[in-house]
Amino acid sequence: MENKIIHWFKYGSPQTFYPLAGKMIPWFWALAAIFCIAGLWVGFFVAPTDATQGEAYRIIFIHVPASWMSMFLYIVMAFWAGIGLSLNTRLSSMMASSIAPTGALFAFLSLWTGSLWGKPMWGTWWVWDARLTSELILLFLYLGFMALQAAIDEPRRADKSGAILALVGVVNVPIIYFSVKWWNTLHQGASISMNKAPTMAVTMLWGMLLMALAFWMYSIAVALQRARAIMLEREMHTDWVKYAVE
Amino acid sequence: MQWNSVGEFFTMGGYGFYVWGSFGVTALALLIEPLLLRKRQNEVANILRRERRADESQKKTD
Amino acid sequence: MKNTAAMNGAGPSEDIGTFGVLAAVVRRDLLLALRRKSEVMTALFFFVIVVSLFPLGIGPEMNLLRIIAPGVLWVAALLATMLSLNRLFAGDQADGTLEQMVLSPAPLGLLVIGKIVAHWLVTGLPLVLIAPVLGLQYDLSGRALAVLILSLLVGTPLLSLIGAIGAALTLGVRGGGVLLSLLTLPLYIPALIFGAGAVEADISGLGASGHLSLLAALLALACFFAPWATTAALRIALE
Repeated sequence: MENKIIHWFKYGSPQTFYPLAGKMIPWFWALAAIFCIAGLWVGFFVAPTDATQGEAYRIIFIHVPASWMSMFLYIVMAFWAGIGLSLNTRLSSMMASSIAPTGALFAFLSLWTGSLWGKPMWGTWWVWDARLTSELILLFLYLGFMALQAAIDEPRRADKSGAILALVGVVNVPIIYFSVKWWNTLHQGASISMNKAPTMAVTMLWGMLLMALAFWMYSIAVALQRARAIMLEREMHTDWVKYAVE
Repeated sequence: MQWNSVGEFFTMGGYGFYVWGSFGVTALALLIEPLLLRKRQNEVANILRRERRADESQKKTD
Repeated sequence: MKNTAAMNGAGPSEDIGTFGVLAAVVRRDLLLALRRKSEVMTALFFFVIVVSLFPLGIGPEMNLLRIIAPGVLWVAALLATMLSLNRLFAGDQADGTLEQMVLSPAPLGLLVIGKIVAHWLVTGLPLVLIAPVLGLQYDLSGRALAVLILSLLVGTPLLSLIGAIGAALTLGVRGGGVLLSLLTLPLYIPALIFGAGAVEADISGLGASGHLSLLAALLALACFFAPWATTAALRIALE
């Protein structure tokens, strides 16, 4: 690992990063699989049945890690977009664009599982609580980023415009979350809230943590893979790309 | 281990639809995403391979 | 900040200062808007029509309308503002003025602020003025109407500022108007929550001061942040 840190700028170009990413991807898939198996094991066989929510609470082992991932990935995406904008590095911008679809997917999964959790617990397919509503808005922010980049043909403009949008978004996310929480507490008290999860047994926390790690490793693997695809598409006119493909 | 039978595991105390609906869709999504990505990569790779072959045959005729 | 080249055609030795530049930009945009009155009125009429649509869709039961009034009025104001955002930079880009602005020695941020001020005067202020009349259709009390005016007075500049970022990012991009909505509406949500919330809080007796303060805080933040982001986006759009 030290080599990669010392020769950081060597790997700053798509040409050198492409093979490096290719070598790293299988490792991240392996880690994802390991954490996933461990997490599912804890989630289904170690964590006890909940007193109030029965077995339905097990959805938490996907819902919460997916929420964490969607928020974490947005910040990472904004970070790489910002680096790409300020240092004018193409690779950083490509990373940001690679992360976006996966982040959006986790936001969607968070909403999907939240809905399937809400129906048996609170009776409706949708609950306007602060976390779910913020998650919905986060999904819109992801989709906006992806739509903007898709609509702009010129790649560098797409990169930079997307970066501005991502940076504006990342500043707004805490504001949006705060305002939605405010809105929620004023309107229905704390009666219906996804935060009223079962009191956390330690095993439950472990299960969520392991699944979160699994999702994280998965995200890295997929983002690297997407970055490689983007590199091939964008640098099609260069020589190294033609010979990068076996 | 608290499942008395495989059946119990699948019904999840009556919440089977919701639990497996969640885990199932997630598993599906996390499988489809990389597969779509693989398809995208193959498309580009095919174009590139074709161009490389065109380049090489061009060199032969030069 | 001193500027030696003035937008209103003063000679190079004349120094009209920061405020002079700002006033020149605002004056120019207002003149242009006056010449194209129909564009300006469209957003206002949209506001009026949308507000009238809701009772038609929901029913004339006054008790219900009184409850939904703040939300409906604010969402309609939001949408009307969004419709007008395209106008902000597109006209100037088409006739080359925008490039001149980027190249001029006057700081682009200042020119952008001028354009946003003009946009608010032409789009936001009319909404503020006509909202109380529409609020009467929903049987809002006098004090609620006052809070509504105040919330829109603080909120519509905020909407113009945030909207400018979106307008600059989508300048000349395919699918402009709809894309602009997709980008801007999520960012409008805090304004909506605090703006409509202020009126609701007043109606329910809790007092609107908390909401209005937060709205004002957002406005202050946007005054600082939005011109920077808009300027950066414009430079990228014109590269």
